[in-house]
Amino acid sequence: MRNPIAKQVEEMKPSGIRKFFDIVSEMEDAISLGVGEPDFDTPWHIRDEGIYSLEKGRTFYTSNSGLMDLRKEICNYLDRRFDVKYNPAKEVLVTVGGSEAIDVGLRAVINPGEGDEVLIPQPSYVSYEPCAVLAGAKPVIINLKNENEFRLTPGELLEAITDKTRILILPFPNNPTGAIMEKKDLEEIAKICIEKDILVMSDEIYAELSYNGDHVSIASLPGMKERTILINGFSKSYAMTGWRLGYACGDERIISQMMKIHQYAIMCAPTTSQYAAVEALKNGDRDVDMMREAYNQRRRFLMNAFKEMGLPCFEPYGAFYVFPCIAKFGMSSEEFATRFLKEEKVAVVPGTAFGDCGEGFIRISYAYSIEKLKLAMGKMKEFIDRL
Amino acid sequence: MNDTRLKILTFIEKNSRVDIKELAVVLGVDEAAVIKELNDMESEGIICGYHTIIDWDKTATEKVTAMIEVRVTPQRGKGFDDIAERIYKYPEVTSVYLISGGFDLMVMLEGKTLKEVATFVTEKLSTLETVISTQTNFVLKKYKDHGTILTKQYEDQRIVVSP
Repeated sequence: MRNPIAKQVEEMKPSGIRKFFDIVSEMEDAISLGVGEPDFDTPWHIRDEGIYSLEKGRTFYTSNSGLMDLRKEICNYLDRRFDVKYNPAKEVLVTVGGSEAIDVGLRAVINPGEGDEVLIPQPSYVSYEPCAVLAGAKPVIINLKNENEFRLTPGELLEAITDKTRILILPFPNNPTGAIMEKKDLEEIAKICIEKDILVMSDEIYAELSYNGDHVSIASLPGMKERTILINGFSKSYAMTGWRLGYACGDERIISQMMKIHQYAIMCAPTTSQYAAVEALKNGDRDVDMMREAYNQRRRFLMNAFKEMGLPCFEPYGAFYVFPCIAKFGMSSEEFATRFLKEEKVAVVPGTAFGDCGEGFIRISYAYSIEKLKLAMGKMKEFIDRL
Repeated sequence: MNDTRLKILTFIEKNSRVDIKELAVVLGVDEAAVIKELNDMESEGIICGYHTIIDWDKTATEKVTAMIEVRVTPQRGKGFDDIAERIYKYPEVTSVYLISGGFDLMVMLEGKTLKEVATFVTEKLSTLETVISTQTNFVLKKYKDHGTILTKQYEDQRIVVSP
C-alpha cells in the first residue's frame, strides 16, 4: 500500500507536551503545574443558562456566524472593554474555540503554495505554526527575547518582514511567557504593519487576564481595525474551556470569507455553549474580576517564591503562566523538566514545547490554588538546591 | 473603605489562617501596612473574630442546630434591641438576626440534643414576656455553610498537562 499520509502532516512535529502528559498520567501522586486551563469551574449562572437552553430544547444549528444575540453581546463587550467597534451582522464569526479562529483565519488569507509568509513570534501557543503550514504558508519564526520581557520589538518585526509577508500573529498576553504588549509597544508594531501592508492576527484569548492595567487591543489603534483579525473567546476569561467557544472579529472582507470556510468545515459553534456565552457576557463581569484577582495573587506568590530561591524570572503581567529561566543549572529545558518530574514528582512544561527559543526556560502555570503552588514551590526549592 | 482593607478582608474571609507575610506577598501590599490594617480593623470591630467552619456531622459528636423564627412585641423607645440582647446572651444561641417579613427575629441555636433545644424554646424563649410566638426549624443536613460546600470536596478533573 502506498503511504496514506500527506507529506506536510507526516512532517508535522507532535506536540512537545504530549510526552510529559504521558509520564505524568502514569504517576499517581504527581503535582502538575502543566495545565493550560483555569482551575475554576464555569460560574454557575453560566452553566445554568446552558442547562436551561437544553431544557428548552434549543438543540438545533444556529446561523453559521453564531446566534445574533451572542454576536451583539460580543460587540458590546469588545466596545466596553477594549474600545473596538464591530458590526454584529457582518464583522463577527463565532467559532469552536479560539483555535478554530486561528485555523480558519489563516486559511482565509493565505494563498497555498505561493510562498506567503506568516510571522510567528515564539515562544507561543503550539497551534500557530502547524495551522500556518496546513494553510499552505511558510511559517517565519521570530525569536522573542528574555531581555525584552518577551515582547515583540519593532526591530525584530522589521527584520523578519519580506515581500512575501502576509500576516503577523500577535499572541499577547502570551502563553507560555505571560508577556504583554502595552499600548506604546503596539503603536510601533501597528505603524510598521500599516507601512508594509501586513495583516495582523491578534490572539487576545488572555486579554482579561492582564495585571498591569487593562489590556490594549491592536485593533483599537488608528488604521488597524481593517487589517486585524481579532481572536478572543470564553475559555480563559470565563473558565469555559470545555465549551469550545471563541470568536473572530474583523473587517467584513475577511470575516465573510472566514465564514465560508467555517460554514463548510464546521457549520456552526455548539448551540448550548452559545446560549451560555450570552449569559457570560451579560452578567459575568464580576466572575472575571474575581478570577483575575485570584490569579494575580498566585502570580505574586510565585514571583516572590522565585526571588527567595534565586531563580531568575522577568515579571509577567498577563495570562496565568510564569516563564523562569533555568539556564544556569546547565541542563536543557527538557532535562530539567524530566528530572524535576522524576525526582520531585512535579510537572512543568519545558519552554521548548513552545518554540526552540524557549530553550533555557520552563513554563509554570498558576491555574492552581495557592496551597498547591506552595507545596510545589517547596519541592522546587529542594530540587534546585540539590543541583 | 480603602482598597487595601477591602483586599485583606476579601482574602481572610475565605482563609483567616494565612500567614501575614504571605498575605502581604499575594496582595502586593507592604507587610507592615497589612499588620497595621489588621490591628486597626480588629480594634474598630470590623474584624470580629477568626472562626473555623466545622462539619460536625463528620465527627462522632452529636450536635443539633435549630433555626427559630420568633415574633415579638417591640418595646417603646428600644425597638427590638433589648429583646434581642436577652436572647443572644444565652451561650447556646449562635446567631440572632432581625428579619423583615413574617416574623421578627431569626435565632440560631446549637444544642447537644433535640431535648436540649426543646427545653430552651419552651422554658427560656417562649416565656419571655415580649415573645408572641416561636416556630422551631431543625436543620437536617448542611450542604453549604459560610460560602463553603460541605458535602463535596474540590476535585481537579483537568487533564494533567495541556498546551
